[in-house]
Amino acid sequence: MEIRLEHLTKKFPNRDRKSGWRAKRRSKNSGGKAENANLRGNSDASADLHNDSNSDIPQDVVAVNDFTFTIPDGKLIGLLGPSGCGKSTTLNLISGLLAPTSGRIFFGDDDVTELPPEMRGIGLVFQNYALYPHLTVRQNIMFPLENRKGKDRLSKEQMLSMADEAACLVQIDKLMERRPGELSGGQQQRVAIARALVKQPRVLLLDEPLSNLDARLRLQTRDEIRRIQRETGITTVFVTHDQDEAMSISDLIVVMKEGVVQQIGKPQEVYDSPANLFVAKFLGTPPINVFEGQVRGGKLYIGEDAVLDAGCVTARNEKTAEVPVGGFARKSEGKSAENSAGGETAGVPDRDVWVGIRPEGFLLREDGPFCCELNGVEVMGRDISVLSKNKASVNPVVRSIIGTENKVDTSSPVVRFALRPEKVFLFDRSSEERL
Amino acid sequence: MNMARGRFDKVKGWLYLLPTILFLGAFLVYPLIDVFIYSFEEGYNFTSQTYFGVGIYNYSYVLHDPYFLQAVINTFILVIITVPVSTGLALLISVALHSITRFRNLLQTIYFLPYVTNTLAVGLVFMILFKKTAYSDGLINQLINLFGGNSVDFIDGPYWAKMLVLCIYTIWVVMPFKILILTGALASVNEDYYKAARVDGTSKFRIFRKITLPMISPMIFYLVITGFIGAFKAYSDVVALFGTDLNAAGMNTIVGYVYDMLYGDSGGYPSYASAAAIILFVIILTITVINLMVSRKSVHY
Repeated sequence: MEIRLEHLTKKFPNRDRKSGWRAKRRSKNSGGKAENANLRGNSDASADLHNDSNSDIPQDVVAVNDFTFTIPDGKLIGLLGPSGCGKSTTLNLISGLLAPTSGRIFFGDDDVTELPPEMRGIGLVFQNYALYPHLTVRQNIMFPLENRKGKDRLSKEQMLSMADEAACLVQIDKLMERRPGELSGGQQQRVAIARALVKQPRVLLLDEPLSNLDARLRLQTRDEIRRIQRETGITTVFVTHDQDEAMSISDLIVVMKEGVVQQIGKPQEVYDSPANLFVAKFLGTPPINVFEGQVRGGKLYIGEDAVLDAGCVTARNEKTAEVPVGGFARKSEGKSAENSAGGETAGVPDRDVWVGIRPEGFLLREDGPFCCELNGVEVMGRDISVLSKNKASVNPVVRSIIGTENKVDTSSPVVRFALRPEKVFLFDRSSEERL
Repeated sequence: MNMARGRFDKVKGWLYLLPTILFLGAFLVYPLIDVFIYSFEEGYNFTSQTYFGVGIYNYSYVLHDPYFLQAVINTFILVIITVPVSTGLALLISVALHSITRFRNLLQTIYFLPYVTNTLAVGLVFMILFKKTAYSDGLINQLINLFGGNSVDFIDGPYWAKMLVLCIYTIWVVMPFKILILTGALASVNEDYYKAARVDGTSKFRIFRKITLPMISPMIFYLVITGFIGAFKAYSDVVALFGTDLNAAGMNTIVGYVYDMLYGDSGGYPSYASAAAIILFVIILTITVINLMVSRKSVHY
């Protein structure tokens, strides 16, 4: 079932008690305090914002802002972002547990925006599984089936066989008589998935499905989810804050930040061509190294090192990471115009930029253009991490990963790198958009 | 060194426990054992501290005493009516409280007020509400008259009327605590269970029966057990409504009978009182064991 989200927006009224009548009262009393803050020349933008939210009119919290996207049939979609970015809200909007402030949701051709959750045909798996502790595994799985009334009503035998089928799919058919309390975390997770799948939903929604599992089980279960999704061919949306998890099993990932979609694409495409600094920083372990840099005369400078030709690292030289299925293109008209105006040969106009370099984008070269202060070397077995320092770096440590065939001279105070242009991204200094 | 240390630690533990042990031993354990002994001493004389022999005569006397039998009947009626009704009503009110957001705190406070109000004061108010004298009717009787009924003296009149007032009073007094416990229990049920049930299209009633009730069943069980015990031990409520001469009013309870046997106008019989107290103990023990056995099936921890 294809899911179409059109201009989906969810605002929450600011339920913070501070914004109620108590706050009004208090703001009267503490007027002097606020003045003091102003006197001190408090120009901190966040502090100003904070004052705003405490004013008489409580401001709405926009959890999801104008989300338009089509989730193709039978795909596994990862909603990815830091906590509080609106990914769970989006999931709840799709499930119907929350009603959107504006926008429409379609399952196939059906407009389900007004439908209550039970009419939408969704299976939902919670982060804590929400298995009923007083029921056995079989009773838990059968619970959704027993709710059916009227012509949908099932006989006991039908229910039992459907429950068995779902249990076999997630391989818990030997645990049917146990209570959830007698199962391990991974097994509980499977029961939760079986309970979501038993009613043969059109859409499967998973809310942080792996975050309650330990590291080893997480790897196992994530393959398991992938297998179950493939076997059933059910359109699946799952929410996670773990980029590893999202990258490894999703067909498409949606990166969100503060309610706004940052980028949608295949995991590799998003990794290889992040739309902005946030996406670049959020994806990848170890994280990307960010430097202050300048473009001068067509050359990219980090500090005083001219590391690359600026022309070969801008986004226009790569195939644009357009999502093949959705009508979502992050690249604004203005920017591409600006880029094409620069032309292939003229390069990029001089400006300050953020330079993002993936750890694997460093090549150890005696005569490399990029010079860093050597801090140390970590041998990881598969590869070597070179830790170094650079004045222009935003992170305290620059971490680069090189192959084990390289030999790092640890006695040397500096280390020199050449950069692989396809692993270097430039971002606008103020908007942080990709150049 | 280590052994000595361990020994000292053990002594220290007992030392900390000593005040409590002494206190409970002197005022709880010793009297309990003494009551048990008293109940088998026939013809015990309070002033000379002598008795004729040991046997079960005290029990036989108490069990043949019409006042005691009346007290047992009264107590059982009180228990059987008030425990289920008060628990059920409390559950209903807590669920209602849980499902609203406006005025919830205000209503919770109001429902809790009886708990912090003096029993005797409440009893007095009930007496005034339900009383009927030759000259005036209480509020309840005025209402009955308004709807065309005849005045009933609930305090000094027929048995059913007195029992009714007692039951209403008891329910009203024990409810706040139960509401408090149950609203707490309801609030502690994870919201995700309800979300999961909603997504699966579970009806409100089924959610309540299949999810809410099992989830809060330990608390309900706790309330039923303490409710039974509390109702079996009823005394002050009865005094508050009907005064101290409960045998004359026919409204005595088992605890009331025990008190009367010790200190009442007809008192001075610690042996009979002890026997009655032991009988009460056996009744409560039996009921609690039955409760535990029933609960094993229906309470989910």
